Amino acid sequence: MAEPMKIRATLQGDIADVRILILHPMETGTRKDSKGDILPRHFIQNVAVTHNGKTVLDGQWSQAISRNPFLGLRVKGAKAGDRISVTWTDNKGDTRTDEVAVAAAL
Amino acid sequence: MIDPSRRTILKCAGAFGALTMGLVTGLVKSSNAVAAQWNKAGFESKAMAEALKALGAGTPVESKDIVITAPDIAENGAVVPVAIVSKIPNTQQISIIAEKNPRPLMATFDVSSGSEGYVSTRIKMGETSNVWAVVKADGNFFAAKKEVKITVGGCG
Repeated sequence: MAEPMKIRATLQGDIADVRILILHPMETGTRKDSKGDILPRHFIQNVAVTHNGKTVLDGQWSQAISRNPFLGLRVKGAKAGDRISVTWTDNKGDTRTDEVAVAAAL
Repeated sequence: MIDPSRRTILKCAGAFGALTMGLVTGLVKSSNAVAAQWNKAGFESKAMAEALKALGAGTPVESKDIVITAPDIAENGAVVPVAIVSKIPNTQQISIIAEKNPRPLMATFDVSSGSEGYVSTRIKMGETSNVWAVVKADGNFFAAKKEVKITVGGCG
């Protein structure tokens, strides 16, 4: 079971500044372990972000994205309390979805 | 930090085992169908020209309306923060390419009208190279580049 994501969505005017931190090894398939065996490639392929159920960003990644990936985006026309949901799927078929509400500006 | 509602859901999953499993499988399938097809040709390509071809970009036009924010010198190639802003109207797609990586194409983001032409993430780079942002807007391709010097490579 994958670890939960950390998602923060803060309102700036009518734009929600969304910051996502995913816990994932993002193994490139070129690294070796202490015995010299190659660690198999294991990385997130698809990331989708929805705003109140409507897709606003649909990303495809390669193994070149850093370990424990960060993703930042800005969603237009957002209001406090809107739902931002993030789903990722990796090359082993593992998947996880997390959702947060947009927080009002400080 | 244990979310009580999550605990409840897990307990329910135990009680309604078979039923819930069926539902979960259904959900996973439908979400996969919605997600864009992973661009295998592009992500497996070993040269930037190949990657551009797989994106359908050909030779993109260099544009000053794309701003790449990345460090001039990155000490650790395993974590290079990159942010891309496209001020081109109707930006549909933003891709990130590191010219000298073993597999140059790193990420493609389909940006819908609901989000600004902005993405930021962190990438791995093997050596000093240009980082390209390739933007698709109204079916045309534009690009911008920025050189990032790498002290220690992050591929191996």
